[in-house]
Amino acid sequence: MGKKRSSLVRAAFSAVVLAMTMLLLSGCGNYMVLDPKGPIAQKQLDLIGITVLLCSIIIVPVLIITFIIVWRYRASNKKADYKPEWAHNNLLETIWWGIPIVIIAILAVITIRYTHELEPSKTLAAESEKEVVIQVASLDWKWLFMYPEEGIATINTITIPEDRSVRFELTSDAPMNSFWIPELGGQIYTMSGMSMALHLKADEPGDYFGTAANFSGEYFANMTFDVHATTEADYEKWVADAKNSSDTLTDEGYQELAKPSADNEQLVYASFPEGLYERIVTKYMHDGAELHEHGSASSDEEGKQSADAGAASTEAEGHDSSSHTGH
Amino acid sequence: MAQSPAHGADHHDHHAAGHHDPQDLKLLGFWIFLVTDVLMFSTLFATFIVLRGGTDGGPTGAELLEINGIIISTFLLLTSSFTSGLAVLAMHQNKVQQMIIWLIVTGLLGAGFIGLELNEFLHLIHEGATLQTSAFWSSFFTLVGTHGVHVTVGLFWMIAIIIQIVRRGLNSDTKGKITVFSLYWHFLDAVWIFLLSIVYLMEVM
Amino acid sequence: MLDNIKEFASEFFVTGDPLIYGADVSIVLATLAIVFVLTYFKKWGWLWRNWLTTVDHKKIGIMYILAAIVMLFRGGVDAVMMRTQLAFPDLNFLEPEHYNQIFTTHGVVMIFFMAMPLMFGLFNIVVPLQIGARDVAFPFLNSLSFWLFFVGAMLFNLSFVIGGSPDAGWLAYPPLSGTQFNPGVGQNFYIWGIQISGIGSLASGINFIVTILKMRAPGMTMMKMPMFTWSVFASSTTIIFAFPILAITMLLLFMDRFFGAHFFTLDGGGNPMMYINLIWMWGHPEVYIVVLPAFGVFSETVATFARKRLFGYASMVFAMVIISIISFFTWAHHFFTMGSGANVNAFFAVTTMIIAIPTGVKIFNWLFTMYKGRISFPTPMMWTIAFIPAFVVGGMTGVMLSVAPADFQFHNSYFLIAHFHQVLIGGVVFGYFAGLYYWWPKMFGFKLNEYLGKWAFWFWNIGFYVCFMPQYLVGLDGMTRRISVFSDPDWTGLNVVSTIGAYIMGIAFLFQVAQIGYSIFRHEKDTTGDIWDARTLEWSTPSPAPEYNFAVIPQVHSRDEWWEEKERRARGEQPAQYGPIEPIHMPKNSAIPAIMGACWFIAGFGLVFHWLFFAIPGLIGVFICMFARSFSAHKAEYYIPAEEVERTEATLRGSV
Repeated sequence: MGKKRSSLVRAAFSAVVLAMTMLLLSGCGNYMVLDPKGPIAQKQLDLIGITVLLCSIIIVPVLIITFIIVWRYRASNKKADYKPEWAHNNLLETIWWGIPIVIIAILAVITIRYTHELEPSKTLAAESEKEVVIQVASLDWKWLFMYPEEGIATINTITIPEDRSVRFELTSDAPMNSFWIPELGGQIYTMSGMSMALHLKADEPGDYFGTAANFSGEYFANMTFDVHATTEADYEKWVADAKNSSDTLTDEGYQELAKPSADNEQLVYASFPEGLYERIVTKYMHDGAELHEHGSASSDEEGKQSADAGAASTEAEGHDSSSHTGH
Repeated sequence: MAQSPAHGADHHDHHAAGHHDPQDLKLLGFWIFLVTDVLMFSTLFATFIVLRGGTDGGPTGAELLEINGIIISTFLLLTSSFTSGLAVLAMHQNKVQQMIIWLIVTGLLGAGFIGLELNEFLHLIHEGATLQTSAFWSSFFTLVGTHGVHVTVGLFWMIAIIIQIVRRGLNSDTKGKITVFSLYWHFLDAVWIFLLSIVYLMEVM
Repeated sequence: MLDNIKEFASEFFVTGDPLIYGADVSIVLATLAIVFVLTYFKKWGWLWRNWLTTVDHKKIGIMYILAAIVMLFRGGVDAVMMRTQLAFPDLNFLEPEHYNQIFTTHGVVMIFFMAMPLMFGLFNIVVPLQIGARDVAFPFLNSLSFWLFFVGAMLFNLSFVIGGSPDAGWLAYPPLSGTQFNPGVGQNFYIWGIQISGIGSLASGINFIVTILKMRAPGMTMMKMPMFTWSVFASSTTIIFAFPILAITMLLLFMDRFFGAHFFTLDGGGNPMMYINLIWMWGHPEVYIVVLPAFGVFSETVATFARKRLFGYASMVFAMVIISIISFFTWAHHFFTMGSGANVNAFFAVTTMIIAIPTGVKIFNWLFTMYKGRISFPTPMMWTIAFIPAFVVGGMTGVMLSVAPADFQFHNSYFLIAHFHQVLIGGVVFGYFAGLYYWWPKMFGFKLNEYLGKWAFWFWNIGFYVCFMPQYLVGLDGMTRRISVFSDPDWTGLNVVSTIGAYIMGIAFLFQVAQIGYSIFRHEKDTTGDIWDARTLEWSTPSPAPEYNFAVIPQVHSRDEWWEEKERRARGEQPAQYGPIEPIHMPKNSAIPAIMGACWFIAGFGLVFHWLFFAIPGLIGVFICMFARSFSAHKAEYYIPAEEVERTEATLRGSV
């Protein structure tokens, strides 16, 4: 039996070692989230690092202690103490209630600070700077991007200037989705009848990967898009080229575009109908509701919303987010 | 592990060790069931409150709901709660006939309540407010209707209990059923008070 | 006429996919085989009298576990098919439509129809024995709960061959799950499969609360209850607060789909975000509903196999209660990216982190239960020890996800997938396996083969890490969940490794099946009733326990009552006196739960297809069953005479 067990254990170890090696070999690339190209993604990565460090203060000793205890107090080790009645110790229990409480308290303070700092609707531009505004609509199964100030629109591709705050305004004309460019920063939902805001910035020129993150039906997997960050000059040139594109998006064209379709090419439109984005948002809003923005950091608006929700809910502080369309 | 010397004293039932008083268990079980039912209604109330503005340009509650009929309904249901209490009192005095009469009165009042509710629903549908009209009306009909279904189930349940009492008389089993039923009926009454204030009064006022 | 029938059949039955035809054939063959075996050995009457109509908690528990193992197979096959597609996305092994159905059913089956019944199976087998009771508080209701679960599961699984599977994800977010984007019947199967089994779960929750509050043996105060019973109490309490929300949420989704209501629609003033809030108000507590009993199992196995008292009992109880309360205040962490504002996100981030504290304390207490113990390593203990690193790492990634701004980078990615599989497999599945191996001798009177069990253990564990560690990485590389194809070559290697891990776990499952099969034919009968030299009351009964559990209800003095009793005996004190044995009051078997289940099935099937001529008779049948029960309940009990109890005890104990 002893021999059998040791061969089993040896087989197990070699399998683990083999797997880890394969993992390292296959995973030598740069992981997008760990290789940020913008200030938001950078801060999110910092936060991930802080969390891992704080957790490790507990995790690493626990793993070591587990191994030591299991090894030392195995039944076959007759030298070890055996105290079958020892089941309570105030000091020890205080320690292991105390340490996690302290660590979680530290992490909570950091999280609260970062949550406000990284609130997606907060602009990254200084007072004097001008933001690039891109309006985004998730459709079945493609992304429509509109540049209201430039008057151009694109499908499944965007170009942005480096080092400038980009303000994404997002909605959906299909089931809810989520807009994510991992190298630039975290995602936000796109929802019908609502306009969300997300601010990102690219530190350097490059081609970044963008994707839909919330399942929206059959060909959801096809909803990826490219993000080209360029120099300011290249950006101007790209806009000028786009304006000369032979395609234009009309209202009828949009109706066609909004229908479900699977394989969508990247496209650039020289123009799109004025106010299309607002029409998509209000399409699902009933009378009397006003267009207001979500993910807002402004504290009085939020206060108002939670007050509504507080009155609205019999179950604790629920429904904050769900009460938005309700008025 | 010594054998239990105190089993006779610990349990209400004297004829077998380890046998627990079934009425005691049922009553506790029913209380917990009522907790779950409270939560179901809370969820429906929460839904109603979230969606109350969602009339989608259609008719609003203030336009269509009529408070007069509701006052009569409320009166019927509250009275039926009172008469079900009288039935329980009669039960404790072992007055079977009196108890059955009070139960029947309770049932008739409950049936009257359901009749008025159906009448109200038909009226609303006639006025163009249905489940499909808007989120507001969907949640209105679902919330009020769920209460109505509870009352209806209660009526059938009560009929079943009356038949059993006529057949088997009052004993700890049938007494337990009456107790649990009256608990249920009072509970529906309490839910109705919330319905009245949150759905009707707040909507119309 | 013929054309009409053909057209109907082609919509009614799922066609056009060889996998489905394969499933059809195997279902028909398996059914025929079962029918043949039962008929050939004349076992129909035995099956009906001894199993299908039973109200005995031990048999109901076994039926739950059997069903859960079958569902584990189904959910596992789904998983392996998904992994196969993702290892070779270009081969189009699964079309997107099919892939979407499979990840949906994988999630639903694993949570609702694998984890829940496995959990209720353990509740049923262990709790009454552990608290010195003869059955649960409401044996009839217990049987009904089982049948509702079973019917719900069958209805849901039927969608694979009839009508089409749901494909909107395991939580079916509207508007995707509404009729506008999902007109088929698959989503109706989802609603009714969950609704019917959910009613059963709710009833079980009530049943076990009353059992634990009212039926403990004399002397067993709440603070002397075994820790598993405490975990059942915490879990059941969470059930009764969470499942009503699920019931109403499913009702509202049904109203939308069946009657055209506007709760969650895009038009008519509906609010899809409300669904997401409601479903997670149930969904997050649900995670703790299934994991708390696993914690309970570990508390039992760790003390038994370290041969030592459980460390920090009061802390353990307090931690569990705290977890089940806070679990109701964390739901919004499932959608930090919905734009609820910084304050809301911060609130839910902090509540989520707080849960890590009591959970961490429990880990320390288990470790210090082993400290200065005498640890032996049979399979239940191996699962327990494997749980600690798995859960500690899973817990850490959980804390990472709870940090709201960082979650913007993890949400809906494979990082999240890896996290919740790590806690659900490493916590729940490992825990239930430990429990299954631990209490198997109590259920059947023999141990499962340890040798095959160890092979299964190592395959499971290695497969588990090989499968999910790469998923963390591929998630950090931007791969989102629920995609069936991808073009990024960087992801291929990690996905292939992950798939290899999934197959290793598949092999591990086969080892377990082989283990069970082998052990049934080759085992040593346990004659002691206490095969692990354990500590709590269930081990004081013979294995398997007689239908009445305890001939005489024990008097309890301490937490580890059976261990203390053995100590007393070892010191030469008089063993517990058995007698005088009195007649035992027992519930009679009842066919009503099974029939009522069948009525629910008919009603559910009718509501799925909008066939009122099925639905209405089905619902009427349900009510008739309720009335039949109300009128017959007082006759549904009998007494086992004292002499018969004495005879049974003599046979069972005589061989000791």
